[in-house]
Amino acid sequence: MEIAGREMETAAEEFSRVVVLLRPRIFRFLLASTRDVDLAETLTQDCFLKAHRNWGSFRGDSTAMTWLMRIAINLQKDHWRNRRMQFWRHTLTNAVDADEASEWLASGESSAEQQLLAKEQVKHVWLAVKELSERQRTVFLLRYVEEQELSEIALATGLSEGTVKAHLSRALGKVRAELGGRR
Amino acid sequence: MNLREDFGNEQGERAEGAEMGSELHSSDEELMLEQALKNFRLSVHAWSAAELSRMRPAVKIQRQRSWRPAMGWALAGVLMAGGVSGGFYERHEKELRTAAAARVAEQQRATRELQAREDEEDLLAKVDSDVSRVVPSAMEPLAQLMAEDETR
Repeated sequence: MEIAGREMETAAEEFSRVVVLLRPRIFRFLLASTRDVDLAETLTQDCFLKAHRNWGSFRGDSTAMTWLMRIAINLQKDHWRNRRMQFWRHTLTNAVDADEASEWLASGESSAEQQLLAKEQVKHVWLAVKELSERQRTVFLLRYVEEQELSEIALATGLSEGTVKAHLSRALGKVRAELGGRR
Repeated sequence: MNLREDFGNEQGERAEGAEMGSELHSSDEELMLEQALKNFRLSVHAWSAAELSRMRPAVKIQRQRSWRPAMGWALAGVLMAGGVSGGFYERHEKELRTAAAARVAEQQRATRELQAREDEEDLLAKVDSDVSRVVPSAMEPLAQLMAEDETR
């Protein structure tokens, strides 16, 4: 009885550490996916609620980050399906537009000219991301925002590495075209 | 994040056939794309960090939850006190109204009694007056007899 109680306590502590460590990354991915702060926050909470319920069944075959990211991606998909294919349209009504999203710049840009250039680039990437398919967007954000390895992306999305590369390639093609390069 | 790490370089690895190769471009374009992706990543990180710092910490949520029942209890207390004091006030008002009504009724009863007494006195006075007027004529023969006796 005491041993079971201690195990539960340890599991709860472990989960708390995971939440503190990984919540910002899950939120960031969902924020970039939806561009809707409220929706991203709700989905992040749902993600950790679901993770907490299933924490006992997490066997550590993948990292906690990959496991959580998989839950977040599925929640996003479920939300999309529940909205009867109107998720992105609905999101657009609450989401900030590319102009507003590109207002956020890292503080490292020194000159006004550099800041303007960076802002323009960020805006064009957002415009391209908006046009990506759901899978392309997920793969693109995991790779270029979350800087995940292709193998991790494959595990999180349930796709093969080859398919991940193909989606990334098409996504990059659209970004390149938006930035003014050739398609 | 180096794009060539994902798709190899033009002389090297071609991960996904011809389609992959078509995404590789001049070094200027690659540099611009890499710079744009880096700026995009930093922008999303900055935005997310700002939104996260704006969110309410868990402790604050707990506090907000804790003052809500307290406020509920306080409101219930105020309502209860209002109800009780209202009841007392209503009862006090009712007592005052009853006392006032009793006073008025007493005054009216006294007035009626006084009036009745006055009426009775008036009636008695009238009877006395009537009797005083009638008796002398009724006693007249006796008075004459008495007068005759005196002359004898």
